[in-house]
Order: sequence, then C-alpha cells, then structure tokens
Amino acid sequence: MTHSNKLRVMVSKNRTMKKIKIKKPKVIILSGYGLNCEEETKFAFESAGGKADIVHINDLIAMPKMLSEYQILAFPGGFSYGDDTGSGKAYANKLKNHLSKELKEFLSRDTLMIGICNGFQILTSLGILPGALTYNKNGKYIDRWVDLKIEGKSPWLYGIKNISLPIAHGEGRYVIDSKKYREMKRKKEIALNYVKGEICSFQNLEKNPNGAMYDIAGVVGYNGRVLGMMPHPERAMFFHHSPLWQVRKTEGNLKKDGDGILLFKNAIKYFRQ
Amino acid sequence: MISRIYVIPKIKDSRERLFLKSWNSLNISGKVKTISIIDSYLVDSSLSNEQILQSAKMLTNPIIEKFSINEILKNAGKFNYIIEIGFLPGVTDNVGNTAKETVVDLLHLKKDANLKIYTSKVFIISGSVKLEDVKKIALSLHNPLIERAYIAGVKEIVKTKGLPLKAPEVILEKRIPVIPVSLSVSDEELIKIGREGILDETGARRGPLALDLASMKVIQKYFKKLERDPKDIELESLAQTWSEHCKHTIFANQIDDIKDGLYKTYIKGATNLIRKQKGNKDFCVSVFSDNSGGIVFDEDYLVTHKVETHNSPSALDPFGGAITGIVGVNRDTIGFGLGAKPVANAYGFCFGNPEDTRALYRDPPSSKDFGRASNEKRKKMFPPKRIMEGVIKGVNVGGNCSGIPTVSGFVKYDDRFRGKPLVFVGTVGIIPRKINGKLSHEKKTEAGDYIVVIGGRVGADGIHGATFSSVTMDSSSPATAVQIGDPITQKKLSDAIVKEARAMNLYNSITDNGAGGISCSVAEMAKECNGALVDLEKVPLKYPRLQPWQIWISESQERMTLSVPKKKWEVFRKLMENHGVEAVVIGEFTDSGRCVVKYEGKTIVDIDLEFLHNGLPKRSLESKAIVNIFPEPLGHSLTGEAKIAKNSKTKILEELLANKNISGFSFISEQYDHEVQASSVLKPLSGRGRINTDAQVFRPVFSASKGVILSAGLYPSYGDINTYHMTACALDTAIRNVIACGGTLSHLAILDNFCWCSSYDKNRLAQLIESVKACYDYSVGYGTPLISGKDSMFNDFKGYDEKNNPIAISIPPTILISAICVVPDIHKIVSPEFKNSGDVIYLLGETNDELGASEYYKFLAKKEGNNSIGNNVPKVDLKNNLKTYLVLEEVIKKELISSSISLTSGGLAVALAKASVGGMLGCKVSLSDMPGRISSLYGGNSSVDVRLFSESQGRILVSVLPKNVSKFEKTVKGISYKKIGWVSKDNKFIITDSNKKIIESNVKKLHDIYHDFSNKML
Repeated sequence: MTHSNKLRVMVSKNRTMKKIKIKKPKVIILSGYGLNCEEETKFAFESAGGKADIVHINDLIAMPKMLSEYQILAFPGGFSYGDDTGSGKAYANKLKNHLSKELKEFLSRDTLMIGICNGFQILTSLGILPGALTYNKNGKYIDRWVDLKIEGKSPWLYGIKNISLPIAHGEGRYVIDSKKYREMKRKKEIALNYVKGEICSFQNLEKNPNGAMYDIAGVVGYNGRVLGMMPHPERAMFFHHSPLWQVRKTEGNLKKDGDGILLFKNAIKYFRQ
Repeated sequence: MISRIYVIPKIKDSRERLFLKSWNSLNISGKVKTISIIDSYLVDSSLSNEQILQSAKMLTNPIIEKFSINEILKNAGKFNYIIEIGFLPGVTDNVGNTAKETVVDLLHLKKDANLKIYTSKVFIISGSVKLEDVKKIALSLHNPLIERAYIAGVKEIVKTKGLPLKAPEVILEKRIPVIPVSLSVSDEELIKIGREGILDETGARRGPLALDLASMKVIQKYFKKLERDPKDIELESLAQTWSEHCKHTIFANQIDDIKDGLYKTYIKGATNLIRKQKGNKDFCVSVFSDNSGGIVFDEDYLVTHKVETHNSPSALDPFGGAITGIVGVNRDTIGFGLGAKPVANAYGFCFGNPEDTRALYRDPPSSKDFGRASNEKRKKMFPPKRIMEGVIKGVNVGGNCSGIPTVSGFVKYDDRFRGKPLVFVGTVGIIPRKINGKLSHEKKTEAGDYIVVIGGRVGADGIHGATFSSVTMDSSSPATAVQIGDPITQKKLSDAIVKEARAMNLYNSITDNGAGGISCSVAEMAKECNGALVDLEKVPLKYPRLQPWQIWISESQERMTLSVPKKKWEVFRKLMENHGVEAVVIGEFTDSGRCVVKYEGKTIVDIDLEFLHNGLPKRSLESKAIVNIFPEPLGHSLTGEAKIAKNSKTKILEELLANKNISGFSFISEQYDHEVQASSVLKPLSGRGRINTDAQVFRPVFSASKGVILSAGLYPSYGDINTYHMTACALDTAIRNVIACGGTLSHLAILDNFCWCSSYDKNRLAQLIESVKACYDYSVGYGTPLISGKDSMFNDFKGYDEKNNPIAISIPPTILISAICVVPDIHKIVSPEFKNSGDVIYLLGETNDELGASEYYKFLAKKEGNNSIGNNVPKVDLKNNLKTYLVLEEVIKKELISSSISLTSGGLAVALAKASVGGMLGCKVSLSDMPGRISSLYGGNSSVDVRLFSESQGRILVSVLPKNVSKFEKTVKGISYKKIGWVSKDNKFIITDSNKKIIESNVKKLHDIYHDFSNKML
C-alpha cells in the first residue's frame, strides 16, 4: 500500500459524509487583536497546496456564513489582546459571544482545525480542546527549539514520528487532570510530547522547557481533526530555520524544506484523497 | 456601584519562584514562605449582580482559576500580609481596557457605556515577615511614578473580608483652559520661563521648555510684532518644535569654522558623496528625510531601518521607557513613506554595574525650597539592576506582543551608565517599491485633507518628553514625562494601515506621533501643504479636563497622524472601526501659511509656519579639545612585571570571558521572540554552545533568496582616549561583523546614534567633531552610506549620593554604529562557531600593539583600582581592512570556510574561546609569527598579551575544511593572514607561543564561564 493510500484509509474512517476530493482546499486563517503569525501560516498552507485567506475576526463576525466555504480553520500564533486577562481568553470570549453557532457547524462538517501557540490557548479557552495553558514553570517567556514525539492519531500528524520545532511563549505549560489525561491517552488524543531528541542533545537543553504536565506539547480532539499545539510548525518550514542548518551545511547536506511543512502538507492531502 | 472580581489561581503559580528569589534577596529581616498572585478587577458600573457574575465567569478559566466577588479572605488561604499593586489614577491600564471591551461585548452594552474597570495584582504573602519587610517588598514591586501600592495585614482583611472598593479615578480640577504669558519681563524671568517652565495660575512652574535666553528673546520679539502676549500653548508648542530633541541644534549650527554644521558637512556630506561615487549602483532611496532611512532590497521591495534612543524615560521608568522606546521606533517604520511593515527589532543596552547598589537621589536631602512637601519621599533613582531588569522586560513585552522578531542586540556595562542608561531600539521595515503604481516612499499632504489621528487616546502621560530629554536629569525632571506602552493598540493600528489602508490608497501622508505629540506631527506635515487648522477639543482624551496645551504636546503613545482626502474619510473610518482602531478628524490641512489651533471655537494658537519651523535663532558653537593621557597599567611597567606574571594567561582569559562586556546574554536572547514571521536565518544564539552572534540574518520576503544582515559596533571606553578612533572602531566593527557572516560591502548601509554628555562643554564638542569626522572618513572609505541617525546629547545626571554629597555622573561619549546589509543568497551565510575537528584555523588581518582601553587593560586597571587604561587605542587601517573584507567576501561566496568570527572586545583569545564554546570543540593554536606591529617595548611577556588580547580592528578568525585549504590559501594570498592552528577532536583549548603552552583550558569549563552571568539572571 502506498503512503497516500494508507492515509486515505485511515482518514476515511473519520468521515461523516461521503468523501469529495478537493484539489485546492480552502483555508481560513483568523487575524486581528494581536494575533500575528497569520502571514507565515498562510504561506505554509499555500506552499503545501492550499488556498489560504486571512480574515479579520470582525469581518467574520460581520459575515459569519463565509465560514461554510472553508475546509480548514487555523488560529495562528500571536498575542491576542496582549494576553490581558489570560492568554487566549479575551479572543475566545469574542468568538463565544459572536460565532458559537458557526464554529459548531464548522466542526460538524468534515473539516480540519488547528491552533498554534496563542491559537492553541484560544482553542482550550473555547473548550474545543481540553486542558488549559498557564505560565511557564520558570515564569519567563522563552524562545527555543524542542524535540517532539508524535503520540496521537490525527490527519495533521500522519506519517510523522519525531519532529523538532521552535516554541516561543510565556504561557505554554499544559495543565490537565489525571483522569482526563488517562482518557485522552487511551483515545490517542495526546498529540505531541516533549522528548530529548536531536536538538536537545545538540544544545544540551532540557526536554520540557515550560513544565507542561505529562510533557504534553499538543493535543487533538474531534477524531484527530482538531489539533492544538504550542510549537510553531510554520517557523520550521524552511531548512535554514533549524538551529542545525549550519552544521548540516558543512556536512554538505543542504535542503530547502524544513520538517514543519509536513503538517501543512498532511492537511492539504486529507482533502485530496 | 463598585464591585471587585478576584480571579484566583487554583494551581501553583509558576511566577512564585521568581518573586521569592527576588524578595528574599531584598535584605529583609524575615523570610517569605509562599506567595500567591490574584488578579483583581475593580468594576465601577451600574451592572446588576447577575451581570457582574457573568463577567466574573468570563474572566476565569475554570480549569486553572476560580473567582470570588468582593471577598478575598476565604480564598487567600493562610497569610500574613496582602500587597495590592495597581496603577495611579490616569495611567493607562491595558488589562483594564481589554476587560472592559470583553464585558461590553459579552453583555451587549454600548461602547460608551458607563463602565470602568481598574485592574491590579494582589500578592498574598505568608512567612515570618514584618510590616517593614512588606514595605520593602512593595517598593520592589512598583514604580511610584505610575503605580500605587496598598498593604493590608491579616487583621484588617479579617474585618473587611476584601480590599477597599474605591476606584482610582482621575479627577482633574477644572482649570482656566488657556492663559496668556507676558514676555514683557526681565531677562532673568525669561531665563526662568525657559528653564523651569511657565508659571501657571496656581504659582507652580509647568516643567522645562528647554529654551535658552536667545530663543526666548526671539519669541518675545515675534509676539511684540504681533502686538500680543503669547498663549501658554503657543510657547509650549514652540518649545517642542525647537527642542534639541526635534531640531538637533548641536548638529545643525555652525561649529568653529564648520559653517554648515556637523550634520550637513559630515553626515549628509558623506552620504551624498558616496551616492555620487556609486553612480548607478547607488542603493539609497530615501535617506535622512523620513522617519526611517530606506534602501533598495530587490526589484520589488525597499528595506528601511531606524535606531532610536530612549535613555531619559528609561532612567525614570525602566519598563515604561523601554517599551515605549521599542514600540515608538516601530512607528518610525509604519511612518516611513506610505507605511512600511516592521520585520525586525534590534536593541542595545548600556547599563551601570548591576552589583552596584549605592543610592542616588535626584533631589537634595532637605525638602525646603525644592517644591517637595515635607511628607513626600525623596526622588531616589533606581539602582542599575532594577533599571536593567525593567528595560529588558520592556523590550520583551513591546517586541513579543507586536509580533516583530527581536533579532539583533547587545549589552554593555560601565559604571558611568548608572546615572542614565542608554537604551537603543531599532526597527527594520519592508515596503513594496510601488503601491498602486506610485513610488511608496513619496508622500505629500494636500491642503483640504482632513487631519486624522488614529490609535491611543491622550492623557497627561508623556508631557514634556521632548524638552526633558534635551536637558540634564535632576530634581526638576517631570514625572509626567513617563509614558505607558500599549503594543496591542499599536499592533491593531499597524495591521489596519500596512495590511489594508495602504493598498486601498486611503491617505496622502502619514507620520508618527513621537516627541512633542500632535504639536510636532501636525506642524511637520503642515510644511508640505503650508498650513493647518486644528480643533483641539476633537482629540479623544483618556479623561476629561486636560488643558489644551497638555492635549497639544502630550506624548501619549500609539498614535499616528494622517492626511486623508475628505472623500476617502468614510471608507477609512469604517476600516479603522473594523480593526478596533479609534480614528478621529481633528482638523484640516490648509495653505494659509499658518498653524492655527482652536479650542471650543476660540483661536488659541496662531503662528506663522515659517517662524515655527525656522525662527529658532542660530547660534554658533565653539570647541576646545583637551587631550587625555592615561597611565599605562602597572602590569606593563617594569616594576609591575612580576605582579602580572603571577596571573596566568589562562586565568586572565577565563576572567575576561566572565566579564559581562564579553560573556553571553542568552537570558535576554531567549526571552525575546526572534523567530516570529518565520524569517530567521542566523539566530541571536548559535551552535552547540549557544554563543551570542555578532551579526544576525533574516529573510523578510519568503519568496526571495535575498536576506538582511544586522549588526552593531560600539566602544564607549575607547572614547576616553580618543573619540575619532572610538568612532572608526565602532564603524569598522559593525561592518566587519556583517562581512564575517557573509555580507557584502556593495550593499551595506550604516546608521549613527550619538549619545553624548554635557554637549555645550567645549571639550565635549571637540570630541564630537572628531567623532563625526571619523564617520565621514570611514563611511566614505568603505563606500557605506549613512542612511539615518539620531542624537541624544545630554546624558547627564545631577543629584546626590548616599552620603548626600552632590554628585554629577555623565555617560562616556558613545556612538553606536548599526549596519544593515542586503545579502544576495541567505544559503551562503556562515555562523561563528567551529564546526568540525580537523578544520584549519586562520587569522585574517594584522595584530598591532593596541591594548589601550581594551577589556584587558580595563581589567588590569580595575584590579589596580586606578584609571591606567593606556593610550594605544585601536586605529582602523582602512586600506588594509578594505582589502581583507573584499577577499573574505570572495571566500564566502566560494563556500570555502566552515566558520567565521569577527575579533572584537577581548581580542584573539576571546574570539577563539567563543568559536570553541559555540562549536563545543577544542582548538590548538600557536601565536608565533603573527603579522602586525607588535612592539617589544614591554619585553616578551607583554608581546604575548598583545597577540592574545589586543583589540586591533580588521581581523577575522575563520576555520577551513582541510579539503578547501589550498583553494582558500590561493584566494587570500593578497592579504595579511596566518594559519594559526586547527580545531581539535578533544575538548582541550590550547594556545602556545614558540612551542610553550600559554593557555590551557577546556571547552566545557569555558562554556560554563561564558554562560555563568546569564544563568544567574534566569
């Protein structure tokens, strides 16, 4: 069985309606109020073969119906409302106050959703994904790379075993109660774990920089269709993004793509099969 | 009704560790055991209990938090004291604004609903602490200029169950809006008005106008001709526009026989000459005329750069000063041409020694006659460590919240920065060369356009910022000069302009509201169409009853001024509203030749634009140089020879590597998001050992192969010996750092930031002239145009020390040269750390006996407790360096080297140590037969010192794969170079001279030393 066939079999189980192949899936990336990673997220989706639109939340509130035209919804990283009142909280409240119905409708269709960093914080504040994100264990904002092991089952993560990506956050410590954790683990809803891998060994760094419970860096919900993660795959879409690129280069091993692009390609593939 | 919502963490708060660490180091008598931090929202509204409950729920994340209304006792656990830190009335409360917005949205209230939310942080403290301790802790938690602290003991809270329900509302007295100021007074009174401000109706002075007698006389004459007294607002307006901060008089006026002044002759003069010499290879597009300097990036884009300083505000409020600095310089990008997009931030900090805890006061011990009430506290300066922490955090919040990567930066320390720190902040922008078929860097206000202000509202914050930064800091420095930053308000504004309004062609011109607020931005834009008419009451205010002059000159942040054609206003307004950005028409641009301001129908400003902009009297300045001769360090005299011999070179290298001017600062680099926008190519930290890079590279356009390199050079201590060479070295270093990582001289521009002291002093002026001349000589020599610059000329502190003796501290004259280079192919970039064992190490350039004011000599002088920093300051050999740099460009283009690091502070030994630590690879290096002028004056031992630690410019250390060696040597054969050793397999770090081991250490140890200071700061 070829790689793409396997993917198709796996995802087709999650389908609630008859599958229609879409060559260029449409991606809506929300912006406004301090979200700030929308442009690179758009570039990543488009490099992967999608058609991505950046839409200000107020424009979506004004025309909520437009959400039904999209297959993928992305909450990009950023600092919505400057983290005032708690990261992701105020943006999530705005969505709750105006777009609850539309979000529910979107999730009921065969769609994909991703929340990256601040987007993940928004998804947990909305209650779409379980758990919560709070201050890093050392109380400080941190930008560095981490190594991740894929644990969960999700079209976003298909075919990836390990990946290294950067994080940049002050409130990335994932908190979940033990009962819910066991349930999620059983259902393969723990998406990504911080592990000691290539980058941590290279720069002698601790594996879990924010003290996340159970080393959780990301989780999935809705049969793997919704992914929330603290690390930024869009900041690892080029090879020269990696802290290792200079070493690889002297070894004569210079590539163009970084591993982060794989997640975006997976999402596009999901609709092409 | 007033209610308080407490949001209480249910799980252990990670921030507790940081506070415990900091509080228990405050020299308190007891010990703090536990802390919990509760968010308080004081709601002043007519909401029902049910609505308050709904709001509380919405402010709480039930998984990690719970809430309580009005009552804190039950939720506080066991405690001894509570400290509440909130804002002083009127100070921008960003969290409060967000909370209000959310509540309005949730309850479907009207936008102007009668609802106020004041936030505060509540620290619940348990431990064996006394009230005195808690007071100390409270002082460490807040800045009394902008915040208030409330302390309550457990007994009080048992009684009241919660903290007081009292709103910190601003209630300004109703005052006479505009007063005339008689200038038919004595010269003494004119001087007093200029120096201390207008005497208002209560008998108090309003704060410095920073106008000298000559300027006051010109103003007196102008209004005599008009046959009237000036209004207070007119004087304030002139003071803003004529301030040193805005007019740069020291650079503009004649000085000695330099008729056209320093700026025109040497700075602009150099750039004009370079552009002419470059001919069709000239890449400058918009230089010295706009908010930033703009150069060509590629066929489709321009790249802009601007570096600012925010020294005085950062001295008084380190966090606020730094955040408004970085967010302010972002506006210089948004205000370039029709609006460039900020794509990278840069910073540079010069602090006093963080271990220095000596007290400094701005005012004398006795309060009499100094305008301080007897119960008022003395104006104490923050110690260097507090300034450092606040400044670092300010740039953190400003940059991170704005989604702009902070890619480039440095930190330097010198005792003389404890009176005023230097806080450099820079922003690089990108803009399409053409927008809607028009050149994007061109803009022009048209008469008949609306004057539109967008962004934040105006308060009493940031009044007299421009004039305050133009004088020495002392007891009269105004507290209102402090500004509060709100990066999210600006981010919304920036997105609305750069990502939408710009492409829709909705405005003719745009500029930043920085120093002087709208008084400067409107007057500046009015130049283009020759007039403006403002209705001041239309300016949106944070609270009522501000006086017109305050509204006019307030530097309240996050505002920009635009000229919007009337027919486009409706579309523009709607777009801003959709982005949550307040936009208001405050008047109209005219062609009347006058700047007219009305308030409630009455004309309160009516000044000829010509006088406003060009009325400032020219003065001519004189300089007189004093030459300083410093003793050579004892270690290098005959008598001291034995003493220094005791210190092994290994020990000296390790001590230098631990020196904060050399060691790593990953604790800063790591807390600044340098990867947002996905543009990172060469990061602030590099290699296995995470060394700080001297130049950083990013790619602002995803589809381009081109990238941008940023770097900086600065050597404050060299200026003690000679400011000409200080400047040449700063310039050479900034350029060399860029070339070392793969940049090219052919597409490299530089920026100058002068931070001087006591600038009317003749010797300081002489030093300035030398410095400016070096800018000219070396920028022309390298063909690297100066594209933007700024000066901050009065970095002086006057006050009292801990023994109440008067003390004056001036910074050492400092110039920062920033470099920006467009590199053709980012994949060719080379990082500084060693990569492979077996690589051959070469030193390019010549090593001379140039240890004067080096980190090594400063280290010796400190040991000896004197100022024997020597006199042989490094000099830049333009001809040789130029050759070296061009050859290095060739070498990197051919991909012949594995690593490349520029030699700077600490010389060769430090560069080797950094390259080794970066790669976590040892090296074996010999010092024998090094090219250069190494005098034998001091005997053999000292010539080793020169080769190890001299800071001669123009040198780069590279490592080469054995297979590339012959190609490499062929390419570099025309320049001075020396093969000095190789990268070793083991971790040993060995330097020999004539086969004798001089330095023997190991990489792991050097790594730990290099990161020691930074790790302590975590």
